[in-house]
Amino acid sequence: MSRATISGDLNPRLIDSSIRAKDKLIYEQLKNYVFKHDLLVDKLIYKDVKLTATNDDQYFVFEDFIHQVLLLFSRDTTVLKHFAQSSATPPKSYIRGMLGVSDYAVVYPPNGIIPFHGFAMYVAPLCYVFDKPITLYYFFREIYTRHLFRLHTISSHPQGIVSICILFESLLQACQPHLFYHLRQMGAHPLRLAFKWLMRAFSGYLASDQLLLLWDRILGFNSLEPLAILAVAIFAFRRVNLLETSSYAAAEAVLADITTIKVMPLLQVILLPKD
Amino acid sequence: MASRTCKYACDMEKSVLVSNFDKRGWAQVTSDEEWNFYWASVVSAKTIFNVETGYRLQDDQIINHFPNHYELTRKDLLVKNLKRYRKELEKEGNPLAEKDELGHYCYMDFIPVTFLLPADYNLFVEEFRKNPSSTWIMKPTGKARGIGIFLINKLSQIKKWSRDSKTSSFQASSARDSYVISRYIDNPLLIGGKKFDLRMYVLVTSYRPLKCYIYELGFCRFCTVKYSASSAELDNMFIHLTNISVQKHGDDYNKQHGGKWNIQNLKLFLQSTRGREVTSKLFDDINWLIVHSLKAVAGVMNNDKHCFECYGYDIIIDDNLKPWLIEVNASPSLSATTVNDRTMKYNLINDTINLVMPGGEHPDVKWNKTPPKGLYGHYQLLYDEELAKQDQEFSKGKVSLGSGSRREGKVKHAATWK
Repeated sequence: MSRATISGDLNPRLIDSSIRAKDKLIYEQLKNYVFKHDLLVDKLIYKDVKLTATNDDQYFVFEDFIHQVLLLFSRDTTVLKHFAQSSATPPKSYIRGMLGVSDYAVVYPPNGIIPFHGFAMYVAPLCYVFDKPITLYYFFREIYTRHLFRLHTISSHPQGIVSICILFESLLQACQPHLFYHLRQMGAHPLRLAFKWLMRAFSGYLASDQLLLLWDRILGFNSLEPLAILAVAIFAFRRVNLLETSSYAAAEAVLADITTIKVMPLLQVILLPKD
Repeated sequence: MASRTCKYACDMEKSVLVSNFDKRGWAQVTSDEEWNFYWASVVSAKTIFNVETGYRLQDDQIINHFPNHYELTRKDLLVKNLKRYRKELEKEGNPLAEKDELGHYCYMDFIPVTFLLPADYNLFVEEFRKNPSSTWIMKPTGKARGIGIFLINKLSQIKKWSRDSKTSSFQASSARDSYVISRYIDNPLLIGGKKFDLRMYVLVTSYRPLKCYIYELGFCRFCTVKYSASSAELDNMFIHLTNISVQKHGDDYNKQHGGKWNIQNLKLFLQSTRGREVTSKLFDDINWLIVHSLKAVAGVMNNDKHCFECYGYDIIIDDNLKPWLIEVNASPSLSATTVNDRTMKYNLINDTINLVMPGGEHPDVKWNKTPPKGLYGHYQLLYDEELAKQDQEFSKGKVSLGSGSRREGKVKHAATWK
């Protein structure tokens, strides 16, 4: 099993994972916020962790860390900066009685992101690499505000989920026209099958060591495109079985378990030119 | 042609066992009848090997326990045998028995300091006074699955054994009162803030020469509650004990994974957070620990050729990535708590049967007990004394088998560890 390279080979230019004194202070500050105030989203976070990470036999061990990270994350207003690169806007709430008056608007939750089912899975894989909550927190925040937020917001950005979906479809149609046609014809549109992989960046679907390799590629290429490429490669890899199916449910079953998939060879098949 | 169907007897109604026997087309018989393969409980095995009540086994009969496995599986005897083994090595001047400045064994220090109560009570008190803030764990010698275990950090908590030690030594201490007390490892490696222990399966097909195999699919058993070393928590057994039977009744027990983590996940985590080298060293140390624990009892073990045994090794890893042997189980649980668990245990039994009965049809105790590699399944050869001796005869110091094997050459050992 190859070593996950996110921690080891991480180029300092990509993400600075060193923790400075200032970072420690901010971290403590956030922890204080958690102790002082409850937020309604805390309940959503708790539920999400319990339903996703806690039930996953690869990540359940880290449930407390994931929970902690997300509680801090919701209160971290520096995250609001990323909205400058996003088409989304943070949800607002208004001081009582001043509905609609923009001067009395307050972003809620403080970081502007309402957690949804599966959000915890963005944090989970990183727990294999960072055993201290503080480094885990900062790294997650960085990877989220740089890349992962694009996976759950609608925009025309070439790295956004919509573009990734389009890339997936065009690439699959180009590489595997016969398969593409076959699946569409029986009502199993490939995107319907692959969407959950793309939106979660494969977290919870691939084996953790493979997932870390994939996320390394995302950081290395500074792009989410590897997600689409891998999805296409998996379809191509399981082509024979998929061609034998004749219903959506059957196709879904073929792709249900991808824990045995090896990321690197599959990416190379698509990326490297054929002789 | 007479049917050579293998006849099996089995003391426990476990699906992972029965399905393996059925798929091989074996016929079930009772243990009173003529069986070829007997998966026995410890109690039944004892009866069979008992000089008075037992009987001789035929050449086509094999059973899953060694007659005196308790030399390894009873906590007090294991400690006794290990201590004796170390002293023997020391007397021989074997470099393995080297000690450091504090008098601790460099390579043989893999059980926590342990004493038998009430016999060693005074020795224990001496040790306790050297470290008055230490915590110790009391375990009844005869019990399993976490029953009767408790922690202490004050001498007053074990007053009872002080009284017993002063009574006449002719009075046999009842099994009920017989305990071992070990130094509690209060700096366990925590993952996600949780304490865990490792369960490894080890198959022994022969003690002299020693032939043992380690199962690759070991797992970590996690505590559901976050670990805390504070003394107020000493009574919360959910924090400290990891036996599944105790865990099952804790609030957060999850039926999906049962608190069990694949050992591959542990490897990935350690490689990513601590580095490849120290992780490899840890797993080497674990293999080392297992081989030596077996060597320690090999001399006293009744090496009955009809026997094999699949042990459950319980190991705790501390914060310095040092493994500690806690216990060896002769009858590791074959109940499955989750789907993955069932699959793993099914494969364990399958691979075990393949290794002890490679022909598949009928056991023959006369064979050389060297199964072809293709049958290992998820087992990895840990140590084969016979093959190691053959290697040595070529005067070469090559590691011949698997990543976990160790040769016998003393010189090379010195080179490896120093």
